[in-house]
Amino acid sequence: MGTLQFGNPAQRLGSLGSLFFNNFLFHRKSQENSHTQQHKVSYKLKNSNLSVRNLNVHIQKNHILKNVNIEIPDKKITCIIGPSGCGKSTLLKTFNRLIDDTEGVSYDGSILVDGADIFDNKTEITEIRKKMGLLSQRPCPLPMSIYDNIAFGCKMHGEHRRKKLNQIVEDQLKAVGLWTEVKSRLNTPASRLSIGQQQRLCLARGLAVEPEFILADEATSALDPISSKHIEELFVELKEDYAIILVTHTLRQALRIADHVIFMYLGEVIESGPADEVFNNPKQELTRKYLEGAFS
Amino acid sequence: MFTITVASILLVVFIGLGLYLKSVPIFEHTSFWHLITSSEWKPGSGEFGFLPFIAGTLWITAIAVLLSLPVALLSALFLTEYSKTYVKKWVFTALDILAGIPSVVYGVWGTLFIVPWISEKLAPHFVEYSTGYTVLAGGIVLGVMILPLLISLFVEIFSAVPQEYRDAALSLGATKWQTSKYVVLRKTFPGILAAIILAVSRAFGETIAVLMVCGNIPLIPHSLFDSCYPLPALIANNYGEMLSVPMYESALMLAAFLLFIVVFIFNASSRAVIYQIERRYK
Amino acid sequence: MKFKFIEEKVAKVLMIASAIAVFAFVVNIIYTILRRGLPALNWDMISKIPAGGYYNGGGGGILNAIVGSLYIVLGSTILGLLISIPVVFYLNVYLSKDSRLAYTARLAFDVLFGIPSIVYGAFAFTIMIYLGMHTSLGGGILVITLLIIPILIRSMDEVARQLPKDLLDATYALGATKLETIQVVLRQIAPGIATATLLSVGRAIGDAAGVMFTAGFTDSIPTSLSQPAATLPLSVFFQLSSPNADVQDRAYSAALILIFIVLVISVTGRLITNHFSKNKI
Repeated sequence: MGTLQFGNPAQRLGSLGSLFFNNFLFHRKSQENSHTQQHKVSYKLKNSNLSVRNLNVHIQKNHILKNVNIEIPDKKITCIIGPSGCGKSTLLKTFNRLIDDTEGVSYDGSILVDGADIFDNKTEITEIRKKMGLLSQRPCPLPMSIYDNIAFGCKMHGEHRRKKLNQIVEDQLKAVGLWTEVKSRLNTPASRLSIGQQQRLCLARGLAVEPEFILADEATSALDPISSKHIEELFVELKEDYAIILVTHTLRQALRIADHVIFMYLGEVIESGPADEVFNNPKQELTRKYLEGAFS
Repeated sequence: MFTITVASILLVVFIGLGLYLKSVPIFEHTSFWHLITSSEWKPGSGEFGFLPFIAGTLWITAIAVLLSLPVALLSALFLTEYSKTYVKKWVFTALDILAGIPSVVYGVWGTLFIVPWISEKLAPHFVEYSTGYTVLAGGIVLGVMILPLLISLFVEIFSAVPQEYRDAALSLGATKWQTSKYVVLRKTFPGILAAIILAVSRAFGETIAVLMVCGNIPLIPHSLFDSCYPLPALIANNYGEMLSVPMYESALMLAAFLLFIVVFIFNASSRAVIYQIERRYK
Repeated sequence: MKFKFIEEKVAKVLMIASAIAVFAFVVNIIYTILRRGLPALNWDMISKIPAGGYYNGGGGGILNAIVGSLYIVLGSTILGLLISIPVVFYLNVYLSKDSRLAYTARLAFDVLFGIPSIVYGAFAFTIMIYLGMHTSLGGGILVITLLIIPILIRSMDEVARQLPKDLLDATYALGATKLETIQVVLRQIAPGIATATLLSVGRAIGDAAGVMFTAGFTDSIPTSLSQPAATLPLSVFFQLSSPNADVQDRAYSAALILIFIVLVISVTGRLITNHFSKNKI
């Protein structure tokens, strides 16, 4: 800080300005946080059901994920931030082993969910995926009615009792705030809903199979601001029961709702920790640069 | 250039009109209804009942579609959802070869392989005797002929489904097959229909291969092991005699006209279905 | 074991079986023809025309059909290209993308594409009678030209439609006339034209129903457009109908020759597409 005091006046003004700006933002954010969060800045990561140990993923000779070691805290919103192309989506897709289908994929390392390694040959992939609900960037309602969309997951796992399905559909639609809007047209095609409604439907669909984690891959980037806000509010509500992992391209979103932050760059995890720590006191130079908007 | 383009468009009209005009004499001789429903085919005595030929065409086309549809659907699903790139290359090469084989060669294959197989190995289980030149033979040969078309159309349709839909279903815990069944097939259903219509239209017009294996007996087939006489075969077999018997030429031209109309309608409806799909998802 | 896993396994087996079935058919077809046709294949077949009594076991070959097919394919391809290339240009360079005429034209060509060759044959036959033509080489060329025009136009149109609009805009911006633009477009879609031509040649050579009553059949090689011409597919067909077993064997070898020609054309076509395209499967 020493030389800066006597440096270029414009620079001084600039750095003062950014300091002020950042502080202002973070001040705002921690105020918000204090409403929704009872824990203080540092909490123990004791409640973590998802641990990634030494994960390396190669897709056709490209080393996409390099030595990833992270813990995902339970009942919190974890935001994975970083510039595009840094492997965020790949990491997410590894959690529910969706990348298995990509051609030329190979990985080593382990991901422990509830203590069991999901890469173990004996584990049943569909069971793993049941624990993880995926919300994609573009809302993709299945080509069926609203009712069938939500019931789909349950039916795939063998639940066919009409009454139970009715109950699940109602519960999940209520959980995402769609019930009143659609209860009279449950059997109409889901494609007729608005985009924001469709995304909420996809969320309800994922919740219907009772997952432990919700994986959201830039889930609001295709939505209008109001629908985005709805989804974010839902995440904040839902984190009481699920661990939410949200890949986000916009820093602001992370600033708004993240409890835990993981910053990735070119396939490596640069920094991870509670949101307040990472945003206010980034330990890595790269993180600081990213937060200041030097690159995106 | 403009004139050539317009002339080409008008060609459709010319063909339809020309064939129709040539068929007019027979309309004056017998009513259209009678022509379509009568089974008496005695050109020498002026009897032109088209029913056996229409029935024959319908029979073999139905069998061809029934046999090749499951194979085509399953192969296409395999190619788009399951297989690796190098496998795809091989299968597409095989399909290209199948598509390129001239129909007369299919006919030869039919006579060398399918007909004896039916006559010696298959038919004895079901009927007393069959020459092998049957509806079934025609159906099988035709089925193999439309297979490459169906598969390539299906693969195109299935590949157009965005990956997110599959991801969504898989993430819910569905198996790959469940995803294919409930998501891919459902989503592409109109496209599948359009493809089938196109393939049927192709099958209707196939002449030589079918002619060589179907028996060419103008009777309505009552079982798979009966012979039949589809419309194109009718035209092909009798063009030599048609000028010598009155009305014969007109009758055969009517057959050609019927084919033209049916193919026209099928092509148009297939296009309409595709148009509907594009409109719904735009 | 849960039902859904059994279902998955069964489905997988069925799918692989279907893919294998495709191979099985190809292998079976080629093998059957090969087995019967190869022994009867000899140099005479492709170098001599049928002697008298050929169809009853006499000597000779199918040179009449090979040359006849060649003439017809050559004539119709040239004629077809002369007609279809201008049409494709007109549709893509002169007309705007949304013009009604272009839409109707493409619709008409789709219909023409789907018309079976026997209908073309019947139609051409009536025209020939009207014009006083007898079954001849000219008639055969007429029919096959009609048959391949939609194929040529459709294939070339597909390629031409994918031309980036910027290419045309850039040429106009440089002050080129429509005619000069055509040269640019021509060079761009040249591989497309090549594949379209090969596609049509393959189709033209193998067609029997169209030439049946328009080109007729003969044992000699035609020397003028008004003489009948023999074609390979019909040659196979007629030899097969002979009661003599030797002649039937010759039919198989003729079929073999036909398959060989078609495969060569098809392979060449694929090589060209692969050479020129960036991302095939």
